[in-house]
Amino acid sequence: MKTEWRNFNGTKWQQEVDLRDFIQQNYTTFNGDESFLVGPSQATSTLWKELQELQQQERAKGGVLDMETEIVSSLTAYGPGYINEKTKDLERIVGLQTDKPLKRAFMPYGGIKMAEQACTTYGYKPSEKLHEIFSKYVKTHNDGVFDAYTDEMKRVRHNHILTGLPDTYGRGRIVGDYRRVALYGVDFLIAEKKKDLRQMGDKGMNDEVIRLREEVAMQIHALEGLKEMAAIYGFDISKPADNAREAVQWLYFGYLGAIKTQNGAAMSVGRISTFLDIYFERDFKEGTLNEDDAQELIDHLVMKFRMVKFARIPSYNQLFSGDPVWATLEVGGLGIDGRSMVTKTDFRFLHTLENMGPSPEPNLTVLYSSRLPKTFKRYAAVISVKTSSIQYENDDVMRPVWGDDYSICCCVSATQTGKEMQFFGARANLAKALSYAINGGVDAKTREQCGPTYDRIEGDVLTYEEFMPKFDAMLDWLACIYVKTLNLIHYMHDKYFYEAAEMALIDTHVRRTFATGIAGFSHVVDSISAIKYARKVTIERDETGFAVDYHVEGDFPRYGNDDDRADDIAVWLLKTFSTKIKKYHTYRNSEPTTSILTITSNIVYGKNTANLPDGRRAGTPLAPGANPSYGAEKNGLLASLNSVAKLPYEYALDGISNTQTISPEALGNNDEERALTLVGVMDGYFNQGAHHLNVNVFGVEKLKDAMEHPEKEEYQNFTIRVSGYAVKFIDLTHEQQLDVIMRQAHGRL
Amino acid sequence: MKGYIHSVESFGSVDGPGIRYIIFMQGCAMRCQYCHNPDTWFPRKGEQITADDLLAKAERYRGYWGEKGGITVSGGEALLQIDFLTELFQKAHSRNINTCLDTAAQPFTREENWFSKFETLMKYTDTVLLDIKHIDETCHLELTRHSNKNILDCARYLSDIQKPTWIRYVLVPGITDRPNHLHRLAAFLSTLNNIERIEVLPYHTLGVSKYERLHITYPLAGIPVPTPEQVRSAQDILNGQGSDTLK
Repeated sequence: MKTEWRNFNGTKWQQEVDLRDFIQQNYTTFNGDESFLVGPSQATSTLWKELQELQQQERAKGGVLDMETEIVSSLTAYGPGYINEKTKDLERIVGLQTDKPLKRAFMPYGGIKMAEQACTTYGYKPSEKLHEIFSKYVKTHNDGVFDAYTDEMKRVRHNHILTGLPDTYGRGRIVGDYRRVALYGVDFLIAEKKKDLRQMGDKGMNDEVIRLREEVAMQIHALEGLKEMAAIYGFDISKPADNAREAVQWLYFGYLGAIKTQNGAAMSVGRISTFLDIYFERDFKEGTLNEDDAQELIDHLVMKFRMVKFARIPSYNQLFSGDPVWATLEVGGLGIDGRSMVTKTDFRFLHTLENMGPSPEPNLTVLYSSRLPKTFKRYAAVISVKTSSIQYENDDVMRPVWGDDYSICCCVSATQTGKEMQFFGARANLAKALSYAINGGVDAKTREQCGPTYDRIEGDVLTYEEFMPKFDAMLDWLACIYVKTLNLIHYMHDKYFYEAAEMALIDTHVRRTFATGIAGFSHVVDSISAIKYARKVTIERDETGFAVDYHVEGDFPRYGNDDDRADDIAVWLLKTFSTKIKKYHTYRNSEPTTSILTITSNIVYGKNTANLPDGRRAGTPLAPGANPSYGAEKNGLLASLNSVAKLPYEYALDGISNTQTISPEALGNNDEERALTLVGVMDGYFNQGAHHLNVNVFGVEKLKDAMEHPEKEEYQNFTIRVSGYAVKFIDLTHEQQLDVIMRQAHGRL
Repeated sequence: MKGYIHSVESFGSVDGPGIRYIIFMQGCAMRCQYCHNPDTWFPRKGEQITADDLLAKAERYRGYWGEKGGITVSGGEALLQIDFLTELFQKAHSRNINTCLDTAAQPFTREENWFSKFETLMKYTDTVLLDIKHIDETCHLELTRHSNKNILDCARYLSDIQKPTWIRYVLVPGITDRPNHLHRLAAFLSTLNNIERIEVLPYHTLGVSKYERLHITYPLAGIPVPTPEQVRSAQDILNGQGSDTLK
């Protein structure tokens, strides 16, 4: 056995790459409370202070501290970089994306125009030489997509019924199994990939085999590059990590390789806590590490995750506000054998939010089960009450589908670590589809014939009987064009912007999911409910006969009140759309999934959406994710949660995002009470099979004050959960801040 | 039998032990100047519902209640519908649901047959949240248009039967915050032996818009909400930790 594997149990994982087996054979469950945790070390405090100063400079400069214009990012494009050259010896975990902290790399493979626009937006002048190379000689993902787009695809894109498509930016959502670097060392991984390569193609050389051979070869190059990258920092990662510090460092190098080569919308870290804990425990036994060291390593690793930056264009920032990278990192969860996978290191990760204050990144996610140790549930809730920085996802619904070694690859969507990759597919705006159904496929804003020229509804009264078949047909069309467009995008992404460094840390024969998404969910549900249950819905038309508004007489049930009449429509809508998506061929035989998740893009989607029968005004934000509409909830938080919990996860394997804000007074009279109440809320919600919950604990007054006084010290790191991620409130646009404030906080009566 | 309810709230975490489903009953005879729910004053309005239907609704939230939670009936004044309330709590107990009554006890009397009804109700009530509006009779009359004698008597009765009780007291600057009143209240409370918690609730103005909608003049216009320090100081006095020099 390799000396680096001393005192580890199990043999299967030694023969072949099998992280799950290694973890299951070696981890130590922790059932105690948080009293063992320690505060930040001197080095942590010093570095964190420096980093905060850099973050302030970044904000003062308009959101970007520094940008590369001359060098194309790659694994080995830069020499070593540190938070501060003078204090580099304090950095227990090293490695930056570029040569300077918070400096954004130049990544043109997604599209040279976008890379250049990102520079010019922030006052940087992109290199003429690189412009020439990437316009004349090198083709990008974006070029490929627009070469191949059909007229119809351009039309649905232009009319925003499909929005946020990854045709101008990296698709992201691929989680390399970065733990592999630590456990096996890179040479072992190269040898395994070479073995795979040798076994491919004997039966014949078709497109599929040739493409995979090329990809695996690229992966091997990336692994060689990863070794060189680590060598720049003075580390030899060809061999396995020998101790905890090396394990953390090796793992981080794996992740660093990903973020040096890709600017995906989501660049998740994955599920690493239980794995790293095994190394900590071994070092403790060997007497080479104490708790202060362990926490310091985690704090420094997390500090690095807080520094990940990408150069973005304004239209991207409008969709995904606050500079998120979705460095999503999971803690908690149960094994399929029923053992809790909570270790001391799961506590340590949560504790970083106390040692270094609240932060949007990494996107800390608790894989929740009511059967997790009470001490851990309570501590997570304490951190939520204090920081509003973490999200919860139901391990009990994900484990049966994805096993017990899955990661969250973006905001909320699960993926088996090292076994799967995902084709990210943005969203289809079903609220617009509803308008199209009424107006015969004509877009309300552009008045273009965007959808098929089906007969529009001619009468003055909107009836359920007339509306539903038209809506169904419009959804058929939308699902079809949606899947076709995504197929094309991902073909080009694979071809021109392949994620070799990430895929190198995933099994060669990878399972692929194809993630579609729904926007405008609650508004469609409530609109259908109005059409079905209100006494009468009349159509208001403009001079051309186009339906521009609706007048509802009488009451109708709304989604978000635990009223089955409305909630059944919600379930129907999800099942219907997700089933329609599955009818079409998906690229590389990927498995289609669906999400109800909009991130902050609910605002942009809303701008392009007309008046709806549920009373929502044109241009106003859609409710985010699977949230009920603003003002629809009349029976309080739990009624709202019960409605969302009815949505069947098996039809939305890409995730069902729900964001709730609760005022501290409504949770209890002191933080201890608040934490216990929150645990009760989550037990009740998740035991019904709900998928996800973003928890914010603050009052509206605090938000208003932060909006008016962003300069106040207390708001510099004030973090809130929005649909799918966390963000510093002061980094949101004014419009988005207002949107967050408008959403009903569940307060004390 | 059907009860008149004003509304329900699926999530209450400060109105009795644990997480609770709150039922607001319609109708109240008091006219507290700071009332933030004037829309609950009028009897025989709102939705009519049977105890079984109400419990069926409440039970949709059982999963959130854990070991301590359950239902809380508030108002309005719940005791105005004591027959319905007793049926509701009796049926709740048969379904193994924890019950909590949030009341200002204005209808309380030792006269029959009301008192027997109340004794029965208490058999099915796990916790009482008793609002005491003011310790001083004159001030109480002014504040609520009702005497506090029977309310304090109710507090004594609850103590006699050892009914777990939380005392709630709304702190209104200039009206209920005089130290001597707070000390008198503290002295009264110290004679009771069933009090699990004493809560000072800061007066708030969230109900003002409802007055406008109902075209009722808001009696406390211009009165400020108490500062956190004022609340803490009142809480200290009621908990028996206040300074004697304030008397």
